[in-house]
Amino acid sequence: MQKKRKTSNVVIMIILIAISCLFIAPILIVLMNSFKGKLFISDQPFTFPTFAKQDLGEAGIQPKTFVGFKNYANGIEKIHFWGALGRSIFITVFAVLLIVLFTSMTAWFITRVKNKYTNGLYYLFVFSMVIPFQMVMYAMTKVADVLHLSNPIGILVLYLGFGAGMSVFMFSGFVKGIPIDIEEAATIDGCNPLQCFFKIVLPVMKPTAITVAILNAMWVWNDYLMPYLVMGKDYPTVPIAIQYLQGGYGSIDMGAMMAMLILAIIPIIIFYAFCQKYIIEGVVAGAVKG
Amino acid sequence: MQKSLRKYWAVFTLPTLICFAIAFLIPFIMGFGLSFAKFTTVTDAKFVGFSNYIRAFSGDDTFLPALGRSFLFTIASVILINLFAFIFALLLTRKMRGTNVFRTIFFMPNLIGGIVLGYIWQLIFNGILARYGLTLTSDGKYGIFGLIILMCWQMTGYMMVIYIAGLQNVSPDLIEAAEIDGATPSQILFRIKIPMVMPSITICMFMTLTNSFKLFDQNLALTNGAPGNDSALVALDIFKTFYNRPGYEGVGQAKAVVFAVILAVIAMIQLRVTRSKEVES
Repeated sequence: MQKKRKTSNVVIMIILIAISCLFIAPILIVLMNSFKGKLFISDQPFTFPTFAKQDLGEAGIQPKTFVGFKNYANGIEKIHFWGALGRSIFITVFAVLLIVLFTSMTAWFITRVKNKYTNGLYYLFVFSMVIPFQMVMYAMTKVADVLHLSNPIGILVLYLGFGAGMSVFMFSGFVKGIPIDIEEAATIDGCNPLQCFFKIVLPVMKPTAITVAILNAMWVWNDYLMPYLVMGKDYPTVPIAIQYLQGGYGSIDMGAMMAMLILAIIPIIIFYAFCQKYIIEGVVAGAVKG
Repeated sequence: MQKSLRKYWAVFTLPTLICFAIAFLIPFIMGFGLSFAKFTTVTDAKFVGFSNYIRAFSGDDTFLPALGRSFLFTIASVILINLFAFIFALLLTRKMRGTNVFRTIFFMPNLIGGIVLGYIWQLIFNGILARYGLTLTSDGKYGIFGLIILMCWQMTGYMMVIYIAGLQNVSPDLIEAAEIDGATPSQILFRIKIPMVMPSITICMFMTLTNSFKLFDQNLALTNGAPGNDSALVALDIFKTFYNRPGYEGVGQAKAVVFAVILAVIAMIQLRVTRSKEVES
Protein backbone atom coordinates (compact mmCIF):
# COMPACT_ATOMS: atom_id res chain seq x y z
CA MET A 1 0.00 0.00 0.00
CA GLN A 2 2.70 2.41 1.11
CA LYS A 3 4.87 1.58 -1.88
CA LYS A 4 2.01 1.86 -4.31
CA ARG A 5 1.27 5.32 -2.97
CA LYS A 6 4.88 6.35 -3.51
CA THR A 7 5.01 5.32 -7.16
CA SER A 8 1.68 6.98 -7.87
CA ASN A 9 3.02 10.13 -6.22
CA VAL A 10 6.00 10.09 -8.57
CA VAL A 11 3.68 9.82 -11.57
CA ILE A 12 1.53 12.66 -10.28
CA MET A 13 4.62 14.74 -9.61
CA ILE A 14 5.77 14.30 -13.20
CA ILE A 15 2.33 15.25 -14.52
CA LEU A 16 2.25 18.33 -12.31
CA ILE A 17 5.72 19.40 -13.43
CA ALA A 18 4.63 19.04 -17.05
CA ILE A 19 1.52 21.15 -16.43
CA SER A 20 3.57 23.77 -14.58
CA CYS A 21 5.79 24.05 -17.63
CA LEU A 22 2.70 24.64 -19.74
CA PHE A 23 1.61 27.35 -17.33
CA ILE A 24 4.92 29.17 -17.37
CA ALA A 25 5.72 28.64 -21.05
CA PRO A 26 3.61 31.50 -22.47
CA ILE A 27 5.42 34.03 -20.31
CA LEU A 28 8.84 32.57 -21.13
CA ILE A 29 8.04 32.68 -24.84
CA VAL A 30 7.17 36.36 -24.58
CA LEU A 31 10.34 36.98 -22.58
CA MET A 32 12.43 35.21 -25.20
CA ASN A 33 10.84 37.18 -28.00
CA SER A 34 11.31 40.47 -26.23
CA PHE A 35 15.00 40.16 -27.04
CA LYS A 36 14.51 39.41 -30.73
CA GLY A 37 14.41 41.81 -33.63
CA LYS A 38 10.84 42.78 -34.42
CA LEU A 39 10.92 41.26 -37.88
CA PHE A 40 11.66 37.79 -36.54
CA ILE A 41 8.98 37.59 -33.87
CA SER A 42 5.93 36.83 -35.98
CA ASP A 43 7.83 34.42 -38.25
CA GLN A 44 9.55 32.31 -35.64
CA PRO A 45 8.13 32.94 -32.19
CA PHE A 46 9.30 29.61 -30.77
CA THR A 47 13.01 29.78 -31.53
CA PHE A 48 15.70 31.18 -29.28
CA PRO A 49 17.32 34.43 -30.31
CA THR A 50 20.48 33.81 -32.30
CA PHE A 51 23.59 35.71 -31.37
CA ALA A 52 25.54 35.58 -34.63
CA LYS A 53 24.93 35.09 -38.33
CA GLN A 54 24.88 31.44 -39.26
CA ASP A 55 25.45 29.89 -42.63
CA LEU A 56 22.87 27.15 -43.08
CA GLY A 57 24.21 25.98 -46.44
CA GLU A 58 21.47 25.62 -49.03
CA ALA A 59 18.81 27.03 -46.72
CA GLY A 60 20.61 30.35 -46.82
CA ILE A 61 21.97 32.51 -44.08
CA GLN A 62 20.28 32.73 -40.74
CA PRO A 63 20.51 36.29 -39.48
CA LYS A 64 21.38 37.38 -35.99
CA THR A 65 18.07 37.92 -34.21
CA PHE A 66 19.24 39.02 -30.76
CA VAL A 67 18.88 42.75 -30.23
CA GLY A 68 19.57 43.16 -26.50
CA PHE A 69 17.36 45.70 -24.77
CA LYS A 70 16.57 47.67 -27.92
CA ASN A 71 12.89 46.62 -27.83
CA TYR A 72 12.61 47.76 -24.24
CA ALA A 73 14.11 51.16 -24.96
CA ASN A 74 11.86 51.53 -28.03
CA GLY A 75 8.70 50.50 -26.25
CA ILE A 76 9.32 52.63 -23.18
CA GLU A 77 9.74 55.66 -25.39
CA LYS A 78 6.82 54.87 -27.69
CA ILE A 79 4.16 54.45 -25.04
CA HIS A 80 5.72 56.60 -22.29
CA PHE A 81 5.81 53.53 -20.13
CA TRP A 82 7.12 55.10 -16.93
CA GLY A 83 4.36 57.67 -16.86
CA ALA A 84 1.74 54.98 -17.37
CA LEU A 85 3.32 52.84 -14.67
CA GLY A 86 3.37 55.72 -12.19
CA ARG A 87 -0.26 56.50 -12.97
CA SER A 88 -1.28 52.85 -12.57
CA ILE A 89 0.49 52.63 -9.22
CA PHE A 90 -1.02 55.91 -8.00
CA ILE A 91 -4.56 54.97 -9.01
CA THR A 92 -4.34 51.44 -7.63
CA VAL A 93 -2.87 52.45 -4.26
CA PHE A 94 -5.27 55.29 -3.59
CA ALA A 95 -8.36 53.56 -4.96
CA VAL A 96 -7.69 50.57 -2.73
CA LEU A 97 -7.09 52.75 0.33
CA LEU A 98 -10.29 54.70 -0.24
CA ILE A 99 -12.32 51.58 -0.91
CA VAL A 100 -11.10 49.80 2.22
CA LEU A 101 -11.58 52.83 4.46
CA PHE A 102 -14.97 54.04 3.30
CA THR A 103 -16.69 50.77 2.48
CA SER A 104 -15.69 49.26 5.83
CA MET A 105 -17.24 52.27 7.56
CA THR A 106 -20.40 52.01 5.50
CA ALA A 107 -20.66 48.27 5.97
CA TRP A 108 -20.31 48.58 9.73
CA PHE A 109 -22.93 51.29 9.86
CA ILE A 110 -25.52 49.50 7.76
CA THR A 111 -25.03 46.26 9.65
CA ARG A 112 -25.21 47.81 13.11
CA VAL A 113 -28.01 50.29 12.49
CA LYS A 114 -30.96 48.19 11.46
CA ASN A 115 -33.82 49.91 9.68
CA LYS A 116 -35.47 49.80 6.31
CA TYR A 117 -33.07 52.35 4.79
CA THR A 118 -29.93 50.48 5.71
CA ASN A 119 -31.57 47.26 4.63
CA GLY A 120 -32.51 48.76 1.28
CA LEU A 121 -28.98 50.10 0.85
CA TYR A 122 -27.53 46.68 1.50
CA TYR A 123 -29.61 45.12 -1.25
CA LEU A 124 -28.77 47.96 -3.59
CA PHE A 125 -25.06 47.24 -3.10
CA VAL A 126 -25.62 43.52 -3.66
CA PHE A 127 -27.61 44.28 -6.80
CA SER A 128 -24.78 46.39 -8.20
CA MET A 129 -22.46 43.40 -8.07
CA VAL A 130 -24.25 41.47 -10.82
CA ILE A 131 -24.67 44.36 -13.22
CA PRO A 132 -22.07 44.28 -16.00
CA PHE A 133 -20.02 47.39 -16.64
CA GLN A 134 -21.45 47.74 -20.17
CA MET A 135 -24.79 48.65 -18.64
CA VAL A 136 -23.47 51.82 -17.03
CA MET A 137 -20.40 52.63 -19.10
CA TYR A 138 -21.85 55.20 -21.46
CA ALA A 139 -23.74 57.18 -18.84
CA MET A 140 -20.89 56.90 -16.34
CA THR A 141 -18.50 58.43 -18.84
CA LYS A 142 -20.87 61.35 -19.39
CA VAL A 143 -21.45 61.88 -15.66
CA ALA A 144 -17.70 61.77 -15.05
CA ASP A 145 -17.21 64.35 -17.78
CA VAL A 146 -19.75 66.76 -16.33
CA LEU A 147 -18.28 66.41 -12.84
CA HIS A 148 -14.67 66.81 -14.11
CA LEU A 149 -13.66 63.39 -12.90
CA SER A 150 -11.75 62.51 -16.06
CA ASN A 151 -8.35 62.49 -14.43
CA PRO A 152 -6.32 60.20 -12.15
CA ILE A 153 -7.78 61.77 -9.01
CA GLY A 154 -11.37 61.94 -10.19
CA ILE A 155 -11.36 58.32 -11.29
CA LEU A 156 -10.79 57.33 -7.66
CA VAL A 157 -14.37 58.44 -7.02
CA LEU A 158 -15.59 56.07 -9.73
CA TYR A 159 -13.51 53.18 -8.40
CA LEU A 160 -14.88 53.71 -4.91
CA GLY A 161 -18.40 53.90 -6.29
CA PHE A 162 -18.27 50.96 -8.65
CA GLY A 163 -16.22 48.82 -6.27
CA ALA A 164 -18.46 49.60 -3.30
CA GLY A 165 -20.93 46.79 -3.98
CA MET A 166 -18.59 43.87 -3.55
CA SER A 167 -16.57 45.48 -0.76
CA VAL A 168 -19.58 46.50 1.34
CA PHE A 169 -21.01 43.02 0.84
CA MET A 170 -17.83 41.36 2.07
CA PHE A 171 -17.34 43.67 5.05
CA SER A 172 -21.00 43.28 6.04
CA GLY A 173 -20.67 39.52 5.98
CA PHE A 174 -17.80 39.83 8.39
CA VAL A 175 -19.42 42.39 10.72
CA LYS A 176 -22.48 40.13 11.11
CA GLY A 177 -20.17 37.50 12.53
CA ILE A 178 -18.51 39.60 15.22
CA PRO A 179 -20.24 40.00 18.60
CA ILE A 180 -21.48 43.46 19.41
CA ASP A 181 -20.44 43.26 23.09
CA ILE A 182 -16.99 44.79 22.80
CA GLU A 183 -18.35 47.73 20.83
CA GLU A 184 -21.04 48.31 23.45
CA ALA A 185 -18.48 48.10 26.23
CA ALA A 186 -16.37 50.68 24.44
CA THR A 187 -19.38 52.96 24.05
CA ILE A 188 -20.15 52.71 27.75
CA ASP A 189 -16.53 53.57 28.48
CA GLY A 190 -17.08 56.79 26.58
CA CYS A 191 -15.96 56.05 23.02
CA ASN A 192 -17.88 57.89 20.34
CA PRO A 193 -18.75 55.83 17.25
CA LEU A 194 -15.72 57.08 15.34
CA GLN A 195 -13.31 56.13 18.10
CA CYS A 196 -15.11 52.84 18.48
CA PHE A 197 -14.76 52.14 14.77
CA PHE A 198 -11.10 53.03 14.42
CA LYS A 199 -9.88 51.64 17.73
CA ILE A 200 -11.92 48.46 17.93
CA VAL A 201 -13.80 47.49 14.80
CA LEU A 202 -11.17 48.24 12.17
CA PRO A 203 -8.39 46.26 13.90
CA VAL A 204 -10.75 43.27 14.25
CA MET A 205 -11.64 43.54 10.55
CA LYS A 206 -8.00 43.42 9.43
CA PRO A 207 -8.16 40.00 7.72
CA THR A 208 -11.23 41.02 5.73
CA ALA A 209 -9.65 44.38 4.95
CA ILE A 210 -6.62 42.60 3.47
CA THR A 211 -8.92 40.40 1.38
CA VAL A 212 -10.91 43.35 0.11
CA ALA A 213 -7.69 45.24 -0.61
CA ILE A 214 -6.21 42.38 -2.63
CA LEU A 215 -9.32 41.70 -4.70
CA ASN A 216 -9.72 45.39 -5.48
CA ALA A 217 -6.02 45.84 -6.24
CA MET A 218 -6.22 43.02 -8.81
CA TRP A 219 -9.27 44.62 -10.38
CA VAL A 220 -8.07 48.23 -10.46
CA TRP A 221 -4.54 47.43 -11.61
CA ASN A 222 -5.76 45.34 -14.54
CA ASP A 223 -8.84 47.36 -15.39
CA TYR A 224 -8.92 48.57 -18.96
CA LEU A 225 -12.35 49.79 -19.95
CA MET A 226 -13.14 52.28 -17.20
CA PRO A 227 -9.87 54.26 -17.35
CA TYR A 228 -9.94 54.04 -21.15
CA LEU A 229 -13.43 55.51 -21.41
CA VAL A 230 -13.04 58.04 -18.62
CA MET A 231 -9.46 59.28 -19.07
CA GLY A 232 -8.59 57.91 -22.50
CA LYS A 233 -5.57 59.26 -24.27
CA ASP A 234 -4.80 61.99 -21.76
CA TYR A 235 -3.86 59.77 -18.87
CA PRO A 236 -3.15 56.22 -20.05
CA THR A 237 -2.57 53.50 -17.47
CA VAL A 238 -0.41 50.47 -18.26
CA PRO A 239 -3.10 48.33 -19.97
CA ILE A 240 -4.20 51.32 -22.06
CA ALA A 241 -0.64 52.21 -23.05
CA ILE A 242 -0.13 48.63 -24.21
CA GLN A 243 -3.35 48.66 -26.17
CA TYR A 244 -2.15 51.82 -27.94
CA LEU A 245 0.80 49.86 -29.36
CA GLN A 246 -1.77 48.04 -31.45
CA GLY A 247 -2.93 51.36 -32.82
CA GLY A 248 -5.24 51.62 -35.79
CA TYR A 249 -4.97 49.32 -38.77
CA GLY A 250 -1.20 49.54 -39.08
CA SER A 251 1.10 46.70 -38.10
CA ILE A 252 2.21 46.41 -34.51
CA ASP A 253 5.84 46.82 -33.51
CA MET A 254 6.07 43.28 -32.16
CA GLY A 255 9.42 43.87 -30.48
CA ALA A 256 8.14 46.79 -28.45
CA MET A 257 4.95 44.86 -27.70
CA MET A 258 6.83 41.87 -26.28
CA ALA A 259 9.07 44.10 -24.19
CA MET A 260 6.13 46.07 -22.80
CA LEU A 261 4.22 42.88 -21.95
CA ILE A 262 7.20 41.75 -19.90
CA LEU A 263 7.46 45.13 -18.16
CA ALA A 264 3.73 45.00 -17.40
CA ILE A 265 4.07 41.55 -15.86
CA ILE A 266 7.12 42.27 -13.70
CA PRO A 267 5.34 44.43 -11.07
CA ILE A 268 2.67 41.74 -10.67
CA ILE A 269 5.25 38.99 -10.22
CA ILE A 270 7.07 41.08 -7.60
CA PHE A 271 3.79 41.82 -5.80
CA TYR A 272 2.87 38.14 -5.94
CA ALA A 273 6.28 37.00 -4.71
CA PHE A 274 6.03 39.23 -1.65
CA CYS A 275 2.46 38.56 -0.62
CA GLN A 276 1.41 35.32 -2.27
CA LYS A 277 0.30 33.91 1.07
CA TYR A 278 -2.07 36.82 1.58
CA ILE A 279 -3.19 36.81 -2.03
CA ILE A 280 -4.14 33.15 -2.06
CA GLU A 281 -5.76 33.32 1.39
CA GLY A 282 -7.54 36.51 0.41
CA VAL A 283 -8.91 35.03 -2.77
CA VAL A 284 -10.25 32.02 -0.86
CA ALA A 285 -11.75 34.17 1.89
CA GLY A 286 -13.30 36.45 -0.71
CA ALA A 287 -14.88 33.53 -2.50
CA VAL A 288 -16.22 31.86 0.60
CA LYS A 289 -17.72 35.05 1.96
CA GLY A 290 -18.88 36.19 -1.48
CA MET B 1 -25.18 52.24 20.73
CA GLN B 2 -27.49 52.30 17.72
CA LYS B 3 -28.75 55.70 18.79
CA SER B 4 -25.40 57.43 19.06
CA LEU B 5 -24.21 55.72 15.90
CA ARG B 6 -27.23 56.91 13.95
CA LYS B 7 -26.19 60.51 14.43
CA TYR B 8 -22.97 59.75 12.64
CA TRP B 9 -24.65 58.44 9.51
CA ALA B 10 -23.16 61.14 7.32
CA VAL B 11 -19.59 60.37 8.34
CA PHE B 12 -19.98 56.65 7.86
CA THR B 13 -22.10 56.39 4.77
CA LEU B 14 -21.96 59.64 2.81
CA PRO B 15 -18.56 59.27 1.07
CA THR B 16 -19.43 55.79 -0.18
CA LEU B 17 -22.98 56.74 -1.07
CA ILE B 18 -22.05 59.81 -3.08
CA CYS B 19 -19.48 57.86 -5.06
CA PHE B 20 -21.88 54.95 -5.47
CA ALA B 21 -24.50 57.32 -6.83
CA ILE B 22 -22.04 58.91 -9.28
CA ALA B 23 -20.47 55.68 -10.49
CA PHE B 24 -23.40 53.31 -10.40
CA LEU B 25 -26.84 54.52 -9.43
CA ILE B 26 -27.22 57.57 -11.66
CA PRO B 27 -25.52 55.92 -14.68
CA PHE B 28 -27.68 52.84 -14.17
CA ILE B 29 -30.93 54.80 -14.19
CA MET B 30 -29.71 57.00 -17.04
CA GLY B 31 -28.59 53.95 -18.97
CA PHE B 32 -31.94 52.31 -18.53
CA GLY B 33 -33.71 55.46 -19.69
CA LEU B 34 -31.39 55.96 -22.64
CA SER B 35 -32.16 52.48 -23.90
CA PHE B 36 -35.57 53.89 -24.89
CA ALA B 37 -34.11 56.92 -26.62
CA LYS B 38 -32.29 57.91 -29.74
CA PHE B 39 -29.23 59.98 -28.89
CA THR B 40 -25.70 60.88 -29.85
CA THR B 41 -25.01 62.83 -26.69
CA VAL B 42 -27.06 62.62 -23.54
CA THR B 43 -28.58 66.06 -24.08
CA ASP B 44 -30.16 65.35 -27.47
CA ALA B 45 -31.95 62.16 -26.36
CA LYS B 46 -35.39 61.63 -27.88
CA PHE B 47 -37.82 59.03 -26.67
CA VAL B 48 -38.35 56.25 -29.22
CA GLY B 49 -40.03 53.52 -27.17
CA PHE B 50 -38.90 49.99 -27.78
CA SER B 51 -37.41 50.60 -31.19
CA ASN B 52 -33.82 50.25 -29.94
CA TYR B 53 -34.66 46.83 -28.58
CA ILE B 54 -36.31 45.83 -31.81
CA ARG B 55 -33.31 47.06 -33.78
CA ALA B 56 -30.92 45.19 -31.48
CA PHE B 57 -32.63 41.93 -32.30
CA SER B 58 -33.76 42.34 -35.87
CA GLY B 59 -32.17 45.33 -37.56
CA ASP B 60 -28.69 44.42 -36.35
CA ASP B 61 -26.96 41.29 -37.51
CA THR B 62 -24.21 41.19 -34.89
CA PHE B 63 -26.03 40.97 -31.56
CA LEU B 64 -27.72 37.58 -31.70
CA PRO B 65 -24.64 35.81 -33.11
CA ALA B 66 -22.46 37.42 -30.43
CA LEU B 67 -24.94 36.41 -27.75
CA GLY B 68 -25.02 32.84 -29.03
CA ARG B 69 -21.24 32.75 -29.16
CA SER B 70 -21.09 34.01 -25.60
CA PHE B 71 -23.43 31.25 -24.45
CA LEU B 72 -21.39 28.50 -26.12
CA PHE B 73 -18.13 30.02 -24.96
CA THR B 74 -19.42 30.27 -21.39
CA ILE B 75 -20.66 26.68 -21.32
CA ALA B 76 -17.34 25.36 -22.66
CA SER B 77 -15.15 27.42 -20.38
CA VAL B 78 -17.25 26.82 -17.24
CA ILE B 79 -17.06 23.05 -17.75
CA LEU B 80 -13.38 22.93 -18.66
CA ILE B 81 -12.16 25.36 -16.01
CA ASN B 82 -14.06 23.66 -13.20
CA LEU B 83 -13.06 20.19 -14.33
CA PHE B 84 -9.36 21.04 -14.54
CA ALA B 85 -9.45 23.07 -11.35
CA PHE B 86 -11.08 20.26 -9.42
CA ILE B 87 -8.63 17.66 -10.73
CA PHE B 88 -5.67 19.88 -9.88
CA ALA B 89 -7.13 20.46 -6.42
CA LEU B 90 -7.50 16.70 -5.86
CA LEU B 91 -3.89 16.16 -6.91
CA LEU B 92 -2.59 18.97 -4.75
CA THR B 93 -4.39 17.94 -1.57
CA ARG B 94 -2.49 14.65 -1.44
CA LYS B 95 0.37 14.61 1.02
CA MET B 96 3.21 15.35 -1.30
CA ARG B 97 6.24 17.56 -1.47
CA GLY B 98 6.15 20.75 -3.50
CA THR B 99 2.39 21.25 -3.57
CA ASN B 100 2.80 24.89 -2.53
CA VAL B 101 5.11 25.60 -5.44
CA PHE B 102 2.57 24.14 -7.88
CA ARG B 103 -0.24 26.16 -6.34
CA THR B 104 1.80 29.33 -6.71
CA ILE B 105 2.56 28.61 -10.35
CA PHE B 106 -0.98 27.61 -11.33
CA PHE B 107 -2.46 30.69 -9.70
CA MET B 108 -0.08 33.20 -11.24
CA PRO B 109 -1.76 33.82 -14.63
CA ASN B 110 -4.78 35.16 -12.81
CA LEU B 111 -2.91 38.24 -11.69
CA ILE B 112 -2.05 39.27 -15.22
CA GLY B 113 -4.53 41.64 -16.76
CA GLY B 114 -6.80 40.73 -19.66
CA ILE B 115 -5.13 43.02 -22.19
CA VAL B 116 -1.69 41.61 -21.49
CA LEU B 117 -3.05 38.05 -21.52
CA GLY B 118 -4.65 38.65 -24.88
CA TYR B 119 -1.41 39.78 -26.50
CA ILE B 120 0.61 36.98 -24.93
CA TRP B 121 -1.69 34.39 -26.46
CA GLN B 122 -1.99 36.23 -29.74
CA LEU B 123 1.72 35.65 -30.24
CA ILE B 124 1.46 31.97 -29.37
CA PHE B 125 -1.64 31.16 -31.42
CA ASN B 126 -0.36 33.06 -34.43
CA GLY B 127 2.95 31.24 -34.12
CA ILE B 128 1.21 27.88 -34.15
CA LEU B 129 -1.32 28.73 -36.87
CA ALA B 130 1.41 30.19 -39.09
CA ARG B 131 2.67 26.64 -39.70
CA TYR B 132 -0.58 25.95 -41.50
CA GLY B 133 -0.52 29.26 -43.29
CA LEU B 134 -3.29 30.68 -41.11
CA THR B 135 -3.66 33.45 -38.56
CA LEU B 136 -5.92 33.93 -35.58
CA THR B 137 -8.15 36.17 -37.62
CA SER B 138 -8.53 33.83 -40.60
CA ASP B 139 -11.69 32.46 -39.10
CA GLY B 140 -13.84 33.53 -36.16
CA LYS B 141 -13.69 30.11 -34.56
CA TYR B 142 -9.93 30.33 -34.01
CA GLY B 143 -10.47 33.41 -31.88
CA ILE B 144 -13.17 31.69 -29.84
CA PHE B 145 -11.13 28.50 -29.31
CA GLY B 146 -8.21 30.72 -28.43
CA LEU B 147 -10.29 32.50 -25.82
CA ILE B 148 -11.35 29.19 -24.28
CA ILE B 149 -7.72 28.09 -23.93
CA LEU B 150 -6.78 31.52 -22.60
CA MET B 151 -9.58 31.46 -20.02
CA CYS B 152 -8.59 27.98 -18.86
CA TRP B 153 -5.02 29.14 -18.44
CA GLN B 154 -6.13 32.21 -16.55
CA MET B 155 -8.87 30.93 -14.27
CA THR B 156 -8.05 27.30 -13.50
CA GLY B 157 -5.55 28.27 -10.81
CA TYR B 158 -8.00 30.63 -9.13
CA MET B 159 -10.76 28.05 -8.98
CA MET B 160 -8.27 25.37 -7.93
CA VAL B 161 -7.33 27.43 -4.88
CA ILE B 162 -11.00 27.63 -3.87
CA TYR B 163 -11.52 23.89 -4.41
CA ILE B 164 -8.40 23.15 -2.36
CA ALA B 165 -9.85 25.15 0.52
CA GLY B 166 -13.10 23.21 0.18
CA LEU B 167 -11.37 19.83 0.06
CA GLN B 168 -9.29 20.65 3.11
CA ASN B 169 -12.48 21.22 5.04
CA VAL B 170 -13.69 17.69 4.39
CA SER B 171 -13.10 15.92 7.68
CA PRO B 172 -10.39 13.24 7.41
CA ASP B 173 -12.36 11.13 9.92
CA LEU B 174 -15.20 10.84 7.47
CA ILE B 175 -12.89 9.60 4.72
CA GLU B 176 -11.11 7.24 7.07
CA ALA B 177 -14.41 5.82 8.25
CA ALA B 178 -15.44 5.24 4.65
CA GLU B 179 -12.12 3.57 3.90
CA ILE B 180 -12.58 1.22 6.84
CA ASP B 181 -16.05 0.41 5.57
CA GLY B 182 -14.43 -0.61 2.31
CA ALA B 183 -15.32 2.32 0.06
CA THR B 184 -13.34 2.53 -3.16
CA PRO B 185 -11.50 5.75 -4.05
CA SER B 186 -14.13 6.59 -6.64
CA GLN B 187 -16.92 6.04 -4.12
CA ILE B 188 -15.11 8.33 -1.69
CA LEU B 189 -14.80 10.94 -4.43
CA PHE B 190 -18.42 10.86 -5.61
CA ARG B 191 -20.21 10.05 -2.35
CA ILE B 192 -18.16 12.10 0.09
CA LYS B 193 -15.76 14.61 -1.41
CA ILE B 194 -17.97 16.08 -4.13
CA PRO B 195 -21.09 16.49 -1.97
CA MET B 196 -18.97 18.02 0.79
CA VAL B 197 -17.39 20.61 -1.50
CA MET B 198 -20.69 21.70 -3.07
CA PRO B 199 -20.36 25.20 -1.54
CA SER B 200 -17.05 25.61 -3.38
CA ILE B 201 -18.65 24.32 -6.55
CA THR B 202 -21.42 26.91 -6.20
CA ILE B 203 -18.93 29.75 -5.91
CA CYS B 204 -16.60 28.50 -8.63
CA MET B 205 -19.48 28.00 -11.04
CA PHE B 206 -20.78 31.47 -10.26
CA MET B 207 -17.41 33.13 -10.77
CA THR B 208 -16.51 31.27 -13.96
CA LEU B 209 -19.97 31.82 -15.37
CA THR B 210 -20.16 35.55 -14.74
CA ASN B 211 -16.53 36.14 -15.73
CA SER B 212 -16.88 34.21 -18.98
CA PHE B 213 -20.07 35.98 -19.87
CA LYS B 214 -18.60 39.40 -19.10
CA LEU B 215 -15.33 38.67 -20.89
CA PHE B 216 -14.10 41.79 -22.63
CA ASP B 217 -10.41 42.72 -22.33
CA GLN B 218 -9.08 39.36 -23.52
CA ASN B 219 -11.46 39.41 -26.47
CA LEU B 220 -10.40 42.93 -27.41
CA ALA B 221 -6.67 42.19 -27.24
CA LEU B 222 -6.71 38.74 -28.81
CA THR B 223 -8.70 39.41 -31.98
CA ASN B 224 -10.79 42.54 -31.46
CA GLY B 225 -13.64 40.52 -32.91
CA ALA B 226 -11.96 39.95 -36.26
CA PRO B 227 -12.61 38.78 -38.90
CA GLY B 228 -15.62 41.01 -39.20
CA ASN B 229 -17.44 40.49 -35.95
CA ASP B 230 -17.00 36.72 -36.02
CA SER B 231 -15.02 36.32 -32.83
CA ALA B 232 -16.73 39.03 -30.82
CA LEU B 233 -18.48 38.01 -27.62
CA VAL B 234 -21.43 39.98 -26.36
CA ALA B 235 -19.53 42.48 -24.20
CA LEU B 236 -17.26 43.44 -27.09
CA ASP B 237 -20.20 43.64 -29.47
CA ILE B 238 -21.93 46.11 -27.15
CA PHE B 239 -18.78 48.20 -26.87
CA LYS B 240 -18.41 48.31 -30.65
CA THR B 241 -22.03 49.24 -31.14
CA PHE B 242 -21.59 52.19 -28.80
CA TYR B 243 -18.29 53.54 -29.98
CA ASN B 244 -17.75 52.40 -33.57
CA ARG B 245 -21.19 52.88 -35.08
CA PRO B 246 -22.52 56.42 -35.01
CA GLY B 247 -26.30 56.47 -34.72
CA TYR B 248 -26.36 53.16 -32.86
CA GLU B 249 -25.79 54.49 -29.32
CA GLY B 250 -29.34 53.74 -28.26
CA VAL B 251 -29.15 50.25 -29.73
CA GLY B 252 -25.93 49.69 -27.80
CA GLN B 253 -27.63 50.74 -24.59
CA ALA B 254 -30.59 48.46 -25.28
CA LYS B 255 -28.18 45.59 -25.87
CA ALA B 256 -26.50 46.41 -22.56
CA VAL B 257 -29.82 46.23 -20.74
CA VAL B 258 -30.60 42.86 -22.32
CA PHE B 259 -27.10 41.70 -21.38
CA ALA B 260 -27.56 42.79 -17.76
CA VAL B 261 -30.92 41.05 -17.50
CA ILE B 262 -29.61 37.80 -19.02
CA LEU B 263 -26.59 37.82 -16.74
CA ALA B 264 -28.70 38.45 -13.64
CA VAL B 265 -31.15 35.71 -14.58
CA ILE B 266 -28.61 32.99 -15.37
CA ALA B 267 -26.54 33.85 -12.31
CA MET B 268 -29.66 33.54 -10.15
CA ILE B 269 -30.71 30.23 -11.71
CA GLN B 270 -27.21 28.83 -11.30
CA LEU B 271 -27.04 29.87 -7.63
CA ARG B 272 -30.47 28.32 -6.96
CA VAL B 273 -29.58 25.06 -8.64
CA THR B 274 -26.18 24.48 -7.08
CA ARG B 275 -27.25 25.83 -3.65
CA SER B 276 -30.04 23.28 -3.55
CA LYS B 277 -27.45 20.51 -3.92
CA GLU B 278 -25.41 21.69 -0.94
CA VAL B 279 -25.48 19.46 2.11
CA GLU B 280 -25.08 20.43 5.74
CA SER B 281 -21.83 19.08 7.09
